[in-house]
Amino acid sequence: MQGILPYILRRLLWVPLILFAVSFVAFTIARFGPGDPISVAMGQYRNPDVLERVRHEKGLDKPLLDQYRIYVWNVLHGDLGDSYRFGGRPVSDIIFPKMWVSARLGLVALIITFGLGIPIGILAALKQGSWMDPATIGTLLFFRSVPVLVSVPVMLLVFTLKLHWFPAAGWGGIFDKHIVIPALAISLPGIAGVARLMRATTLDALKEDYVRTARAKGLPEFAVVSRHVARNALLPMTTVIGISLVTVLEGAFFAELLMGIPGIGREAFDSVTSRDYDVILGLTLVLATAFILANIVIDIAYTFIDPRVRLQGGAAS
Amino acid sequence: MAIDTADERALGATHSPLGLAFRRLLRKRIAVLALIFIAIFYFCGLFAPLVAPHSYTDQNLDSVFQGPSLTHPLGTDSLGRDVLSRVIWASRTTVIVTLATLVTGGLVLSVSLGLLAGYMGGKVDTVIMRVGDVFFALPGLPMLILINATLKPRVADQAWIKTLQDWLRVDGLADYILIFGALSLFAWVGGARVIRSQILALRETEYVEAARAMGASTWRIIFRHLLPNVSNIIIVSLSAGLGAIAGTEIALTWFGVGIHPPTPSFGAMLFEGGSIRTLQVHPQLLLVPAAVVAALIFAFNLLGDALTDVLTPRAR
Repeated sequence: MQGILPYILRRLLWVPLILFAVSFVAFTIARFGPGDPISVAMGQYRNPDVLERVRHEKGLDKPLLDQYRIYVWNVLHGDLGDSYRFGGRPVSDIIFPKMWVSARLGLVALIITFGLGIPIGILAALKQGSWMDPATIGTLLFFRSVPVLVSVPVMLLVFTLKLHWFPAAGWGGIFDKHIVIPALAISLPGIAGVARLMRATTLDALKEDYVRTARAKGLPEFAVVSRHVARNALLPMTTVIGISLVTVLEGAFFAELLMGIPGIGREAFDSVTSRDYDVILGLTLVLATAFILANIVIDIAYTFIDPRVRLQGGAAS
Repeated sequence: MAIDTADERALGATHSPLGLAFRRLLRKRIAVLALIFIAIFYFCGLFAPLVAPHSYTDQNLDSVFQGPSLTHPLGTDSLGRDVLSRVIWASRTTVIVTLATLVTGGLVLSVSLGLLAGYMGGKVDTVIMRVGDVFFALPGLPMLILINATLKPRVADQAWIKTLQDWLRVDGLADYILIFGALSLFAWVGGARVIRSQILALRETEYVEAARAMGASTWRIIFRHLLPNVSNIIIVSLSAGLGAIAGTEIALTWFGVGIHPPTPSFGAMLFEGGSIRTLQVHPQLLLVPAAVVAALIFAFNLLGDALTDVLTPRAR
């Protein structure tokens, strides 16, 4: 494990470079379209003189590269800019409370994904050869195929309009009835991946010598599975955390819009439609940072769990 | 599987490896069902003008929100348009977008960049893979929404787009080009990474070395020796992405930045049928497109899994 420190450093060195490129791509795309936040905010009946004046004040009439230079300079000084919609409130004040909402929703969804996926995967592996194994995996595969923008309305139809169990929209924290439908809808597509990997690793673990030894010494089957099989089969599950995270984040976009939840999904959509440049860029940067760091942490965690994995470019060889 | 392979050997050694894989695929009942569904879907989409009983724009305000009947097997929507015809025309949109993205992002970009990066190595490899890292790090869905929302007017105003649109007789060509262009931009990274890693290993094998020693050109080595050996992986990674491509087009249109009305798309139908008021009185307007979309993506996923089983020997 001596090669791990240079590896981490090398990966971390790439982060600012990638973020720089990401911000440049996002910046160019955002400004390439017609219209700007000022003209969108002023609407149809605008005064051209006022438009020009405000544009000049905000520095939107400068050349594109100058604008980008100023933006990067500000970001490096910890200033993500101001929103054009909310009376010039700083972007960080807008993004971070909404991210907190999305993060809690996503965390609940991730817990459901793994909480259901892992036991289902173990059960499917134990029932290998019976009809229950393909039936459960097939059902989960179907859930993976239903987009969130389909599952949320269908759940609304069943649980809200017919059964009156849960409210149709809104947000009240994680211990509230409002979270059930969005969290369930977001987590359903990811369960299949978790359950299948868990099934495969459980099947591998069941063939190991130590499992035969455990059985031979007379341990009850439950103890064999929970203590010896499940524990070893759990190790590779870290690899799917990254994918599950992406599934959950993308799903949250639709669930938040459909259920009126004040998270970043809703914010991203609103900021794009009103050309709120700094909010778009701030969201992109924050999401990209989180995504890159999560991937690095997962890669590193994986090497700790399974020392056989060699890090690319590491000194291990 | 042991019996299968014996059968195949008895049936004749003249079959190509891909032919054998295809025969093995046909033995999987679920895969065949998925293939049949996909075939019907693509047939309806490609021949929508012949298959659909009505036009997707025909309105009849005297018969809105009708239930199933003989003239309208799946009922009518808020403007009295035939839902069955709109589903068939919407599948045409999905067919165009999936095929175009498959060719540009899946085949051309990912295969050529993966091959180049793996075989050339060095600076070419670094540049391609770092660009891939950037696209991989960009949050996909928000970026796609941003690209489609901001670039649409620029693309639609190009003169050559208008000429091409008249020539192809496809309404809203700019929408299609933007959607599959933007999708391809993000779709190539995964495939290119897998292909590159395979090529890295294959590059060092004896037969490639032998070909090089005999003076084969780089192109010959890439196309005759390396490409056939990664074709399985290419097919697997392409089929794995199909469901996601179809789903993303529907999502973008649902957001209002994809295919624009009156061209029908499942995204627009799901948006109209998904509002709580429509759901309350006319749930069939959501359930019909929802069932078709779920079945299609399910079929794509099942086919992708079956292909992975058949084509990657280690998984069997």
